Amino acid sequence: MTAILKTRDVHLSYAKQETLHGVNLDFDDHSITALIGPSGCGKSTFLRCLNRMNDLIPKTTVTGSFQFHGKDIYAPTTNLVELRKQIGMVFQQPNPFPFSVYENVTYGLKLAGHTNRHYLDEQVERALKQAAVWDETKDALNKNAMSFSGGQQQRICIARLLAVQPDIILLDEPTSALDPISSAQIETTLLALKKTYCIIIVTHNLQQASRIADRTAFMLNGNLIEDDLTSKMFTKPANQATSDYLNGKFG
Amino acid sequence: MDEIQKKLTAPSKASREDVTGRIISYTCIAAIIILVISILYFITSRGIATFTTNHVSLWQFLSGKEWNPGTLNAKGQPQVGALPMIVTSFSVTILAALVATPFAIAVALFMTDIAPKNGAKFLQPVIELLVGIPSVVYGFIGLTVVVPFIRHLFGGTGSGILAGTIVLFVMVLPTITSLSVDALRAVPTYFRSASLALGATRFQTIYKVLLRAAMPRLLTAVIFGMARAFGEALAVQMVIGNAVLMPRNLVTPTSTLTSQLTTNIGNTIMGTLPNNALWSLALILLLMSLVFNLLIRCIGKRGEIKS
Ligand SMILES: Nc1ncnc2c1ncn2[C@@H]1O[C@H](COP(=O)(O)OP(=O)(O)OP(=O)(O)O)[C@@H](O)[C@H]1O
Ligand SMILES: [Mg+2]
Repeated sequence: MTAILKTRDVHLSYAKQETLHGVNLDFDDHSITALIGPSGCGKSTFLRCLNRMNDLIPKTTVTGSFQFHGKDIYAPTTNLVELRKQIGMVFQQPNPFPFSVYENVTYGLKLAGHTNRHYLDEQVERALKQAAVWDETKDALNKNAMSFSGGQQQRICIARLLAVQPDIILLDEPTSALDPISSAQIETTLLALKKTYCIIIVTHNLQQASRIADRTAFMLNGNLIEDDLTSKMFTKPANQATSDYLNGKFG
Repeated sequence: MDEIQKKLTAPSKASREDVTGRIISYTCIAAIIILVISILYFITSRGIATFTTNHVSLWQFLSGKEWNPGTLNAKGQPQVGALPMIVTSFSVTILAALVATPFAIAVALFMTDIAPKNGAKFLQPVIELLVGIPSVVYGFIGLTVVVPFIRHLFGGTGSGILAGTIVLFVMVLPTITSLSVDALRAVPTYFRSASLALGATRFQTIYKVLLRAAMPRLLTAVIFGMARAFGEALAVQMVIGNAVLMPRNLVTPTSTLTSQLTTNIGNTIMGTLPNNALWSLALILLLMSLVFNLLIRCIGKRGEIKS
């Protein structure tokens, strides 16, 4: 396994308060890494560092190194727009644009300047198939994406991201607003996608982490406590705090 | 047992208050409904008197270009052609909205997305101030600044559609801006994050997602602005020239429906044709405000389904 993204000594402060106190974490290509930890420990914060979505929050300072394909994503020369195309994000709440499915999925491609209708059609089909919503949407590509169910909307959002062929997919609790069946479908989708992508997922659902993640990282109060193979972490955690958390003693 | 039953069925203080409250609010509603109906009835009955009592044909009224209700023309017909005023009213309204909308949306975007903190802090009071200035003041500024300036540039009197448009532009700007701000704020922030996370720049996010998602409500804002421009009387009257003539270009004196009403309603005698003809103009204004209302409702409904 090769680490596609390496973070070292990541510190982040919102306004005055330091929220991340030095996180070191590597992410492998073609694998799923789960970030777990109690509420408020900084999982979303860390995830948002990875595609610089924290830049949008005023007075936020980030230090540390983020090597993506050997280049620092916080380097002044980094093209943010390109970066976000390569490291895409799926949010907790399904957030399709209030446009048609087709327009949603082609949004990123059109931003990148693709206008060839034939190419767009192809990519829409590929992305929707990869996200496992093709069957539900293929006859309704012109229907408003908001009129689908929550789970379908979330998979449309995943398709919207896959259309731009990112390297890394960040997901922040993508199933927490969904019912168990939709969640299971998303999990299946993610397992299929890991063959092609590096997937990093924040989840509160420990079963979900154990079902789909190759590696799991446990965070607590802005620190990375432990990261390891999921199978090892869930059976023989190295750290007492991890063990307590996995056994539901807190969080 | 009987004791409890009595207590339960006897009217308590609270339930009596409830009844009183309801009676008061229904009375108020009834009073207002009666008021609205009588206003509608009054304007309509007066407005159609031109056609029923004075036997002016509707077509002549809407398409005639001569407005001189006191005198008869060569054929012995009264001269009540309202077309110049209708054209002028629509011209100033549409032009003012066309000019004001880009400015209003730009300012609104500045307040909601480009500089949400300082922009809103500084511009909100400015907009509120602009709304609060009485229209006579706008008219006065128009008369002392805009009209001479146009006279200087284009010759003539300086009054006309151009002067009216400029004054109305300033007057509808705050209306359209504050409604546009509401429209843009109503677009959930997660659309913005979704777009940015897909690699869109802020500008792309604004024109590909934000403006599009807010479009129905932005249109509503523009129509509200148009309704205000269409109905504005005093400020327009001061700069439009008040000659009921077909406008030949943007700088010839002309007259809107409202300015004609304010200028002449005090100079006519109830029940005579000149008075009735003015009521007919008022009826047109009423119908137009109805149309604006319907438009706003239709667009609002469509917007709701979308988002
Ligand atoms: N925009 C912000 N401005 C200031 N502080 C923030 C901001 N976002 C998060 N925080 C703070 O940073 C800390 C970590 O938040 P974060 O959202 O990363 O937690 P989390 O692990 O994702 O929690 P959850 O599981 O509830 O989503 C919290 O104490 C939170 O209050
Ligand atoms: Mg979170």
